Amino acid sequence: MTNPERGRSLLRFAAPQNFYPLAGRLAPWFAALAVLLTAAGLWLGFFVAPTDATQGQVYRVIFIHVPAAWMSMFIYVVMAFWSAVGLIMNTRLSFVMSQALAPTGAMFCFVALWTGALWGKPTWGAYWVWDARLTSQLLLLFLYFGFIALTRAIEDPRRADRAGAIIALVGAVNVPIIYFSVQWWNTLHQGASVSLTKAPSMATTMLTGMLVMALASWAYTLAVVLWRVRPMILERERHTEWVGAELERAGKLSQTAGGRA
Amino acid sequence: MLSTFLAVLRRDLLLAWRGRADVLVTLAFFIIVVCLFPFGVGAEPNQLRAIAPGVLWVAALLACLLSLHRLFAQDYSDGTLEQLLLSSEPAALWVMAKVLAFWLSTGLPVVAVAPAMGLLLDLEQGGLPVLILSLLLGTPILALLGAVGAALTLGLRGGGMLLALLVLPLFVPVLIFGAGAVEAELSGSGAAAHLLLLGGGLAGALALAPVACAAALRISTD
Repeated sequence: MTNPERGRSLLRFAAPQNFYPLAGRLAPWFAALAVLLTAAGLWLGFFVAPTDATQGQVYRVIFIHVPAAWMSMFIYVVMAFWSAVGLIMNTRLSFVMSQALAPTGAMFCFVALWTGALWGKPTWGAYWVWDARLTSQLLLLFLYFGFIALTRAIEDPRRADRAGAIIALVGAVNVPIIYFSVQWWNTLHQGASVSLTKAPSMATTMLTGMLVMALASWAYTLAVVLWRVRPMILERERHTEWVGAELERAGKLSQTAGGRA
Repeated sequence: MLSTFLAVLRRDLLLAWRGRADVLVTLAFFIIVVCLFPFGVGAEPNQLRAIAPGVLWVAALLACLLSLHRLFAQDYSDGTLEQLLLSSEPAALWVMAKVLAFWLSTGLPVVAVAPAMGLLLDLEQGGLPVLILSLLLGTPILALLGAVGAALTLGLRGGGMLLALLVLPLFVPVLIFGAGAVEAELSGSGAAAHLLLLGGGLAGALALAPVACAAALRISTD
């Protein structure tokens, strides 16, 4: 991450026993940052940003919708990146990272779809339209589900890691193909003639609100993933000495805490 | 190299021939799925004609999906797969031979029956050649992509449903261009663009999928 010890390479954090404490130290900071940024972003979005001339108050859903949609796509790319790193460099931590990212990516995907539906009802008159973006977002959600289901279905972690990495990479190759094919399909079937692209130029406060919310979801993702990585590391490394020592330390801590209480 | 390819191809085709019943079941499944649609949406000829390309393509896709588990399962359980992986021949090569044999024994029969099913749905006869061509180009892509999924889910509990979840989203572009080709031909705008894209997809899948599938097989048998 950002704070290497002097004279040492960042790469040493590729080792699980070095990354584990680092993740524990960084996660609360990112969580705090996420809370602050979300508060600021929502305040900007709901109270400061002006009402949209054509859509009224409904447009304010974009402060959640757009960052979620960005994040859902970006997380898939990061997942595929860690999968490739894992397959090429044979680093265990990379696979753990990609598996820790998947549930958050799926969650953002779902949030984007859900808020999109809520926005669509008053604006388009229907919760769901087979618009190119909606459809490819839905397919992205299925790709996330496939990845999560495959890695959970395989008991041997070594096989689960590698199988998941392959399907993540196959998915990453296919995502652009899916996106463009859906767009093509949509233009040929243009029945409802709805378009999202004619968005008028945005007021600066709207844009700022959206960017702050995007940063908030970055911080949230980092916090959640770092937290999720820790027990996964412990579970996988449970036969090593350092995990034994770590668990003993944690056990003593909770005992003294219990004694004091 | 070529002799390995031909040997694996011949062996798999022979096995498929000896187990003809499986192929017939796939075919029967395809026919029944197509026949279900008139019951579901009503037998109004205009409506059937409108949905015919999509229905035929979805049915072909499902028939391919349901037979995919047969691609490696038997070789996996009797140890042939491990021996093949241990051999010095490039894995992508015999994977390609196996997928080709699989397509010849399950995809091709479906393509052969599809025009008859098109007539059942009152598809205009002008669309039939394009339907056959699009299926000929598209179903091998389904087999190649599906082979990666089949290799990854080898020997897993509930592998069938998992396989569907993994590969169906990847099948969507093929479905769009395949069914779209027939519709474009019927609407008069010409199917060339769709068919060219399908051909490009097939070339890409031929280049990438066997390698990914071979890697997946190594992971699954490790």
